[in-house]
Amino acid sequence: MPDLLIELFSEEIPARMQARAREDLKKLVTDGLVEAGLTYAGAHSLSTPRRLVLAVEGLTAESRPVREERKGPAVGAPEAAVQGFLRSTGMMLEQLEAREGAKGKTWFAVIEKPGRSATSIVAEVLEATIRNFPWPKSMRWGAGSLRWVRPLHGVLCILTDEHGAEVVPLDVDGIRAGNVTRGHRFLAPDAFSVTGFEDYAAKLKRAKVMLDPELRAEHIWHDARNAAFAAGLELVEDKGLLAEVAGLVEWPVVLMGRIGEDFLGLPPEVLQTSMKEHQKFFSARNPKTGRIEAFVTVANTETADHGATILKGNQKVLSARLSDAKFFWENDLRTVAQEGMEGMAAGLANVTFHNKLGSQKDRIDRIEALAREIAPLVGAKPDLAAEAARVAKADLQSAMVGEFPELQGTMGVYYAKAAGLPEAVANACKAHYQPLGPSDEVPSEPVSVAVALADKIDTLTGFWAIDEKPTGSKDPFALRRAALGVIRLVLGNGVRLPLSHLIERGLLAHTPYMRSYAVHTGQQEYHDAADEIEFGRPVHLSDLLAFFHDRLKVHLRDEGIRHDVIDACLAMPGNDDLTLLVKRAEALAAFLKTDDGGNLIQGFKRANNILTQAEEKDGVEYSFGADPKFAEDASERTLFAALDAAEAAISPAMQAEDFATAMAAMAKLRAPIDAFFEAVQVNTDNAIVRRNRLNLLSRIRAICLSVADLTKIEG
Amino acid sequence: MTPTRPRSFQEIILRLQTYWGDKGCAVLQPYDMEVGAGTFHPATTLRALGSRPWAAAYVQPSRRPTDGRYGENPNRLQHYYQYQVLIKPSPPDLQELYLGSLAAIGIDASLHDIRFVEDDWESPTLGAWGLGWEVWCDGMEVSQFTYFQQVGGHDCDPVSGELTYGLERLAMYVLGIDHVMDMPFNDPQSPIPLTYGDIFRQTEEEYSRWNFDQADTAMLLKHFEDAEAECERILAAPAEDKAGRRIVMAHPAYDQCIKASHIFNLLDARGVISVTERQAYIGRVRALAKKCADAFVATEAGGGVAA
Repeated sequence: MPDLLIELFSEEIPARMQARAREDLKKLVTDGLVEAGLTYAGAHSLSTPRRLVLAVEGLTAESRPVREERKGPAVGAPEAAVQGFLRSTGMMLEQLEAREGAKGKTWFAVIEKPGRSATSIVAEVLEATIRNFPWPKSMRWGAGSLRWVRPLHGVLCILTDEHGAEVVPLDVDGIRAGNVTRGHRFLAPDAFSVTGFEDYAAKLKRAKVMLDPELRAEHIWHDARNAAFAAGLELVEDKGLLAEVAGLVEWPVVLMGRIGEDFLGLPPEVLQTSMKEHQKFFSARNPKTGRIEAFVTVANTETADHGATILKGNQKVLSARLSDAKFFWENDLRTVAQEGMEGMAAGLANVTFHNKLGSQKDRIDRIEALAREIAPLVGAKPDLAAEAARVAKADLQSAMVGEFPELQGTMGVYYAKAAGLPEAVANACKAHYQPLGPSDEVPSEPVSVAVALADKIDTLTGFWAIDEKPTGSKDPFALRRAALGVIRLVLGNGVRLPLSHLIERGLLAHTPYMRSYAVHTGQQEYHDAADEIEFGRPVHLSDLLAFFHDRLKVHLRDEGIRHDVIDACLAMPGNDDLTLLVKRAEALAAFLKTDDGGNLIQGFKRANNILTQAEEKDGVEYSFGADPKFAEDASERTLFAALDAAEAAISPAMQAEDFATAMAAMAKLRAPIDAFFEAVQVNTDNAIVRRNRLNLLSRIRAICLSVADLTKIEG
Repeated sequence: MTPTRPRSFQEIILRLQTYWGDKGCAVLQPYDMEVGAGTFHPATTLRALGSRPWAAAYVQPSRRPTDGRYGENPNRLQHYYQYQVLIKPSPPDLQELYLGSLAAIGIDASLHDIRFVEDDWESPTLGAWGLGWEVWCDGMEVSQFTYFQQVGGHDCDPVSGELTYGLERLAMYVLGIDHVMDMPFNDPQSPIPLTYGDIFRQTEEEYSRWNFDQADTAMLLKHFEDAEAECERILAAPAEDKAGRRIVMAHPAYDQCIKASHIFNLLDARGVISVTERQAYIGRVRALAKKCADAFVATEAGGGVAA
């Protein structure tokens, strides 16, 4: 049972691609080996910036021989048939066997595939893997045609068993596999040979290469935390940065330095972002003050001066960067002090939001109007919501956000506070972008909720108005995320919102900009599209509402509510009120989980089927006039009484939107309906009794459908 | 042996010239036109195309009007120098060659932390892209290292390796200078020692004013149109001249493309180009660059005609 070791040695692999590449290498090679008839006990892959490594343990030494028999045409069959058989089997006539059967002699081909050595299979699989590796971006180099993420320099490929190590013969575009690799680029650049994975890992460690990315990350985290701790600081956790840094070094050496006194007054987010984005530094915080006071950098080498030169260089670069940041911060503060947030926002009139939808200023005006309208529905003061909408995007014009776009919103909060705006208005600068994804926090401050809803509805209606809807995997304006954001804002805050009305307002607010675009470019279709919105059929409205419903289904499915339950509730009036819709769906889902619920659905369906068939056959609608006096059976009379009681209970409960009570009342119908179907036949010969029973079924249908469209329920 | 530390800006340039000359590059002179980066030099843009081998190194004065700071910012200039190396096909030891050049200017790899950090290069105006890194020395970007994959819309085959050093920043680091204007340009022990500021402070101020406030935008817009029209006219001319010789005028056309590109940068600095127009202008320059590349690959130097 040999072990296989593969190392693909290249120039520096981008850190962000290494994790995926490890997985791909493992999968492609092991899948290929298994497909070729080998088995293995275990496999693991590792990487450094310069190497991708796969170790496979307990590989079978050769694949099993395969014997296959194929039946051909009869002996003496037409020549063409025999030739066809020979072609398909790749054999000569004299290799075939003629076997006696019940209907005479028949040709048989016995194809024997001998077992193949692991060596030749590995060579074949590895070459295919290298040639077809799914790098997100790959390149050519020199005069060759091979593609790899960066130039590939060496392939180490050996099979090791108790007799020793054997190089797998392989040549990919002139790169010949061997048993040789190199250590750290600067600390141990010489080549050395290896005999197996353990030998390889041990020698690499001596050659200043820490092979396992997780160990590198652990090592970095451990040393960095210790360094911070020794200085009375705590390290700011950042898993993404840690993984990235671990992918940039083969021999991590942690160095900590102090941030210059001049820069300690900068907001911690600014320090952290600048250090992370530009220099991939970790931040160390003073737990007493919350200020970020030091940085941790990870070098890829050991030096005689224990990193003093490296640290000094890094500190110098940091000072230059933070001087820029400080300049931006002070400039921005001066702007808001002199001109206020609205002064900072003034330039947004000259920034295009979308050429068919006007400038950022135009967009903000629309958001302001919508926010004002939404405010009372979410418990916010309209004036505050409007003010928040006016300043929420002002920081897009700040120097700091120009440099660090990811600080949008965060800076707005600082600047709005500096401008003396109310806390609720300042907070909306950041919160109105939220929730940014399915796991991001949902704002709950009323002013923030109003602006966040207005912002997202404006975006959605705008792109709907100009027909830039998401298609398939393409969603360049993140409209799915915006719709999910609206859903989560509404549900998370229990907001009652007439969404159709707001969509309509949103759509109408865009038409002036579409017309202006049409005038400037001569593209008449945008004029027509504006007409359609203002005077035509509300197709965009129903289409966008359906989009919300689709996103809601996805959202509720993640919460464990079946799609047919949602469909049953969507068919009811008021389905643009998402809170109501979900309340109904939740009640229905709970109802369906009860024994009575499941059985009532069966009873309802039976009633509905009989009724529908009868209505089709008779060409009339049975919807009125069931009378207890025509009841022949006790079960019928009981059902009449039960329906009366249910109606009396359901109607006020529905009025009060108390779906659980309504459905509990409906559940009481289960026994009488079951008993009714047990005892009587609806389609009797007596026409009067039959009509009465059909009308009775129609009452069942009406009651059930008043709660939700149960015909949509599956099963 | 570790070389001694250089003492001036020019010594760093001279050492790079010597180093790359010794490694077999033709040491060229700067291109005699205003460009935004060393890549625009035809020795890079055009010579990266076609199958013929190439190796060149040169200093290229580069202009980025929007980066002007009147000579006050310690690190930003509207006129600065790039050192550019282009080798086709990219040799297998290009990384080692590059590290050797750092050693030559006094960066000792046993004391510093040198790293290759992913940075893919793209020039929308040249229709060019490549993969590579920015090279960090102690956390500072000292060079751009790129394997060209496409230029002017053409696949590079063979692939060129391109190295670009930002000379002022690199030199400031090696010489331990905090403000670019304080950097010794020639040897500080010279009879007449000159700093970078002695040479460029005034020009930075003058050009900053012109770039930001004074450049005649109406004239520049017209020049842009003229350069664009001339580029297209040159390329549309018949391949045979009046004596019947086949002469494709790829380089004169490319000069007009460079001109258009620089005028666009000037207009941008004057703030007269809106966000949407910006894309359109870049697209127009790219269209010229592509046509020039098409023309060049049909020439002898471009490998389109047997020598």
